[in-house]
Amino acid sequence: MSIELKHVSYVYSAGSAFERRALNDICLTIEDGEYVALCGHTGCGKSTLVQHLNGLLQPTEGQVLVDGKDINAEGVDRKRLRQKVGLVFQYPEYQLFEETVEKDIAFGPRNMGLPEKEIHERVRRAMDHVHMSYEKYAQSSPFDLSGGQMRRVAIAGVLAMEPSVLVLDEPTAGLDPRGRDRILRIIQELHEEKNVTIIMVSHSMDDVARLASRMIVMMDGTIAASGPCREVFQKRDLLEQAGLGVPAAVKLCLKLREQGLQLPEDLYTAEELHDHLLKLFKEKGGLKGC
Amino acid sequence: MLNNITLGQYYPVDSPIHRLDPRMKIILTLLMIVGVFICQNFSGYILILLFTVAASRLSHVPFKVMMKGLKPLRFILVFTFLLNLFFSTGTELFHVGPVVITREGLRQAIHYSLRLVFLVISTSLMTLTTSPIALSDGLEQLFSPLKVFHFPAHELAMMMSIALRFIPTLMEETDKIMKAQKARGADFESGNLLARAKAMVPLLVPLFVSSFRRAGDLAMAMESRCYHGGEHRTRLRVLKITGNDWLALGIMILLLVLIVLLNIFVPKGLIL
Amino acid sequence: MSNQACVQVDHVTFQYEEGADKVLKDISLTVNRGEFLAILGHNGSGKSTLAKLLNGLYLPGEGRVVVCGMDTSDENETWNIRQKAGMIFQNPDNQIVATVVREDVAFGLENMGVPHDEMVRRIDAALEAVHMSERAESAPHMLSGGQKQRVAIAGVLAMEPEIIIADESTAMLDPQGRAEVLEVMHRLNREKGMTVIWITHYMEEAADADRIIVISDGTIALEGTPREVFSQVGTMRTLHLDVPHMAALADSLRKDGVPLPEGILTVEEMTQEVCKLLCPSN
Repeated sequence: MSIELKHVSYVYSAGSAFERRALNDICLTIEDGEYVALCGHTGCGKSTLVQHLNGLLQPTEGQVLVDGKDINAEGVDRKRLRQKVGLVFQYPEYQLFEETVEKDIAFGPRNMGLPEKEIHERVRRAMDHVHMSYEKYAQSSPFDLSGGQMRRVAIAGVLAMEPSVLVLDEPTAGLDPRGRDRILRIIQELHEEKNVTIIMVSHSMDDVARLASRMIVMMDGTIAASGPCREVFQKRDLLEQAGLGVPAAVKLCLKLREQGLQLPEDLYTAEELHDHLLKLFKEKGGLKGC
Repeated sequence: MLNNITLGQYYPVDSPIHRLDPRMKIILTLLMIVGVFICQNFSGYILILLFTVAASRLSHVPFKVMMKGLKPLRFILVFTFLLNLFFSTGTELFHVGPVVITREGLRQAIHYSLRLVFLVISTSLMTLTTSPIALSDGLEQLFSPLKVFHFPAHELAMMMSIALRFIPTLMEETDKIMKAQKARGADFESGNLLARAKAMVPLLVPLFVSSFRRAGDLAMAMESRCYHGGEHRTRLRVLKITGNDWLALGIMILLLVLIVLLNIFVPKGLIL
Repeated sequence: MSNQACVQVDHVTFQYEEGADKVLKDISLTVNRGEFLAILGHNGSGKSTLAKLLNGLYLPGEGRVVVCGMDTSDENETWNIRQKAGMIFQNPDNQIVATVVREDVAFGLENMGVPHDEMVRRIDAALEAVHMSERAESAPHMLSGGQKQRVAIAGVLAMEPEIIIADESTAMLDPQGRAEVLEVMHRLNREKGMTVIWITHYMEEAADADRIIVISDGTIALEGTPREVFSQVGTMRTLHLDVPHMAALADSLRKDGVPLPEGILTVEEMTQEVCKLLCPSN
């Protein structure tokens, strides 16, 4: 499923003294099966943008097309749209409300009007996706779980609607490294195994470098850069200006080049750099026992 | 974005009325209410009207904003007026079919309606010119002598101040949870009353849970900043009665005296 | 700066309820005056519990905690301890009491009964120290997360403490806010000799600390300078914590036989060491 934004602008509190243009003439296409990272510092408009993708906000100007159809046109079923484009908000664990994990995850599918049997199967599948054992946790209260587990239950609540596009607003905010790695692995699996299109808001350039195939940099309500990560990470000044910085591996490459070391232009993840440096060491014959 | 909410009715401009001590404004409002109640006489109402107009001009609050307070009361006003008009006995003025309009009825109807209007206007004059936080400060200090009777003046004011602090935060949170549940297909708009009330559960439960969490966090933060009740506390905001406050009080007393004099010396029936 | 101990945790064990699991197990540590101490640990390691023991919000089940010479279990000293050891918390929204910034900074002073004029002086100085003077009259909900945390720091600073404990105070902030708050704390430590206890699960925030204590499962798992601690790449990983990217890269290259020395933390150090082996001029 593809999503296209055509000249989208959004103005908060239009006409009042507090009027603020959060999005300004955004044009953007996201293809089926992409893993897109959306970056930019607080207030750049990225949270406003993601709320346009499933019709929670309607553009002041412009159009949002999902599979070529304007989602804000008359007679479009928003509920159905929201099943197809799943949105996970920041700190989603704060939206849990049911007595049991199972009931909470079933909330979305139940709103879709699915039969009980199908709901039950979807809950199982969703829990499976987020690495939560159904037998162990389905009947527990979500409020008895740890923070990281609660977040996974909340994500399962969106996954149970089986969306083909999953939008996540800073899914790892506030988690410790273990919790973060787990969430990122879950997202990776959904992308690779279920071919779910991922749009992830992230502040961590190192995570973006490692995971996303494309990144979009936002600044003051506009798109400042969009393209494959290896291209965008070349634009250091722009990233700096957007308050983002570059991954540690890119910094090291830059320093090494300054020292006269020949390195290819498009190295940007730690793994790539590791492999390349290792190759250079081997060529120099400096490795013992090789 | 909920950055633009203003709390209560407060109209934030600078004026001599805004600068009055909140305690004095509370006292003045109470005296004004007394004045409105003891006024027996139409000429007294004219005096009150003049005073109200003068005070509102002095407060720099636009007339329109001032009248807003009356809007929710319009049905009660009409109801009061009609009730008194139709159901009083006395000298007949005229009659429409079986309905008899009496002189006393008309008088009563106007009397009660005016009373209501002035009550509302004088209290809104206070709330429009005093920020909620100043109001709670004023109430705390006015009620502090009652502490001897274990009246929790400080605690109530602290509660009010914390409530005011958290209203914007909770509104923002409500908005967020609502959107998150909508993203899961929740429907807050359609259906009958029962269906809509049921639809609120996914909103209210998380809101309660988070409020309790916030309350716990806040209690701990307050304790770690040495909060231990109202005893031996000093205040950053010190309320100070100035010359203007005494002047305002003087004018108010003068108004009350005039109302009483009019009650005594102007015969009831003179005007109306 | 003397090396006098200003916090002493002496064989402390803590559990939330009778019969529940022990959150802290026989833990002992000393914090020196003027030190920037980072306490690292994953969620549930007991680090936040430890923080709350340091100013008497919790009392140890066994052992004792002494802050500036006062035992936290001595009820007469509770308010003195909290004045000496100020604390900022995780959620910036849940620790601001007042509806105006300067009044929030005043809150602790009002509780301590500081006279009005002295209060005004201290508030101005505290707001200045965290660079928030311009927002003194703002409503807290109009501020960014980083600004709210700086207000919280000012609120503690105005009480003129000797120690500031930051309990995961950057966990809910964006990178910019995190940098702001960390910068303020380092500056207070450097310029005013404030003792800082910085509790976090972000390894990069511990990199500039004087000393790091890694807590896991209620005990001290590692202790030392950032260089000493981050060199233990394997151990840190088993404790579910990150190490600096360069330390990780150096470690993996070393494992593949590249002769890089131990203790590489920064991009500059890495550049230098790689150059020694590879650059054309060498």
